[in-house]
Amino acid sequence: MTIRSLPVGEHGLLVELDSGEAAEALHAELLRRAAARRLPAVREIVPAARTVFLDGLADPGRLAAELPGWRIPPLDRDDSATVEVPVRYDGPDLAGVAELWGVTPEEAVRIHSATEFRVAFCGFAPGFGYLTGLPERFHVPRHATPRTRVPVGSVALAGAYTGVYPRSSPGGWQLIGTTDAVLWDTAREPAALFAPGTRVRFVPEPGTVLPEPEPEPEPEPEPEPDATDTSPARPREPAPAREGAPAREGAPAREGEAP
Amino acid sequence: MTDSAFVVVRPGALTTVQDLGRVGHAHLGVPHSGALDQPAHRLANRLVGNAEHAATLETTLTGCAVRLRRPATVAVTGAPCPVTVDGRPAPWGAAVRVPAGALLEAGAATHGVRSYVAFDGGVAAEAVLGSRATDVLSGLGPAPLADGAVLRLGPPGGPAPGVDGVPHRGVARELVLPVLLGPRDDWFTTAGLRTLATGDFRVSAASNRIGLRTEGPSLERAKDGELASEGMGLGALQVPPDGRPVLFLADHPTTGGYPVVGVVPEPHLAAAAQAVPGTPVRFTPLGRVSWVPSARREAEAAARRRG
Repeated sequence: MTIRSLPVGEHGLLVELDSGEAAEALHAELLRRAAARRLPAVREIVPAARTVFLDGLADPGRLAAELPGWRIPPLDRDDSATVEVPVRYDGPDLAGVAELWGVTPEEAVRIHSATEFRVAFCGFAPGFGYLTGLPERFHVPRHATPRTRVPVGSVALAGAYTGVYPRSSPGGWQLIGTTDAVLWDTAREPAALFAPGTRVRFVPEPGTVLPEPEPEPEPEPEPEPDATDTSPARPREPAPAREGAPAREGAPAREGEAP
Repeated sequence: MTDSAFVVVRPGALTTVQDLGRVGHAHLGVPHSGALDQPAHRLANRLVGNAEHAATLETTLTGCAVRLRRPATVAVTGAPCPVTVDGRPAPWGAAVRVPAGALLEAGAATHGVRSYVAFDGGVAAEAVLGSRATDVLSGLGPAPLADGAVLRLGPPGGPAPGVDGVPHRGVARELVLPVLLGPRDDWFTTAGLRTLATGDFRVSAASNRIGLRTEGPSLERAKDGELASEGMGLGALQVPPDGRPVLFLADHPTTGGYPVVGVVPEPHLAAAAQAVPGTPVRFTPLGRVSWVPSARREAEAAARRRG
């Protein structure tokens, strides 16, 4: 496994690995060491697609020098809690996803609900997890023209990931179902249903009725919706002149990943 | 009129409750949030005898006005502005005693963007994940102030410590921001990095608590393609496809997929938060931080010269 440590200012370290799997394994090891008080004080540990970002280190250079000597056990897939998420597989893109997979919608539901997912990382919004587990042949593209409104609880696919929208927002992922599970509730402890490392299984609700496919939406000159300030996600800052502003503020930027 | 609260009479363009922010939840997608001008927030609290983590009000350009329901010691810091109590001038940057029922107004900023209003006892909005800060990106924390809203105040502490008024440190005509290069400076050409160091940038009017956007030349990229989403920190200088750097402030997203050319050290972010739109911005790259092995830096520099 190759570990590449990159500087992020005076107190940050971005550790880059060969794969998402390796990043998850390093993240798990960092948490084990933090729990055992064998990790220097750190403000944030943020795993992502192929990196782990540590911020607020007094001496990031020292940790960077130590990391290549660490023995990092491979990911233990049985070491964390499993969350079961009930799903109505009624999303408007289910038929299209099934077609991309070359199976019937019923078979697509069976494949998705038989997969053991794991939260690789979180981002985009509090409670939004990027779940891995689907084999590469089942990876699907984002919509070229994102929807202006994706309902809260939508279960969606894009790239390597499955995600559940923690609140209604614009989005470009392929919607295959809906859940009533509450992804984010600050009155609950913990507030997030999904945290990095959480195992997730989607359980079809009885009586799931497969929907008719939705006609392809007409392409509209919508702004990239993950970021516009009309989003309910960010209604609060008054929007001064927007001309010339990059449209994607606040959203993870990668086409294949941003919900 | 004696309950421990105040009523919002004029919320201004955007007035939010702020403190030192939410730490330790970035892995769940929760931004840090908190006062953008931390020294000003801390000073306002010290002037009224609060702990530095007590919540204050952060105004944006146009100030705010509130009517107190209990007597309070208040202080206004950050962007200088006229302060009045029932219309009578009161000092900025000093502890002011406001009687119950009086109208406290922080006027439009004469320099800078964000003023901080501290009350003894602090603003007692409900804490979420250990902080009372309003996060405009994800909507956590109390709603921004609105006409007629009633916000509670915490119990007043002892007498204010008797700190004298403080001079304003002044607002520079130009915003000079040192930048430690990395982690993704290798995504830019030598010419792109030179543009960062020498380009005439300005603060864009589209700046907000999430980020300070710049107008100016575009940084040329050495790599096409996409960067997988990765963790982003406070002060990250992210470069979206239009090539104009965006400086991440307190409400920045916790992950992102555009390359971060460098990081502005935290002590310089308060000045960035006070720079009005149109202010000239100069970035002064400081190279990479010292622990990066110099052999690699040299190899990379050589590669950039070749590239």
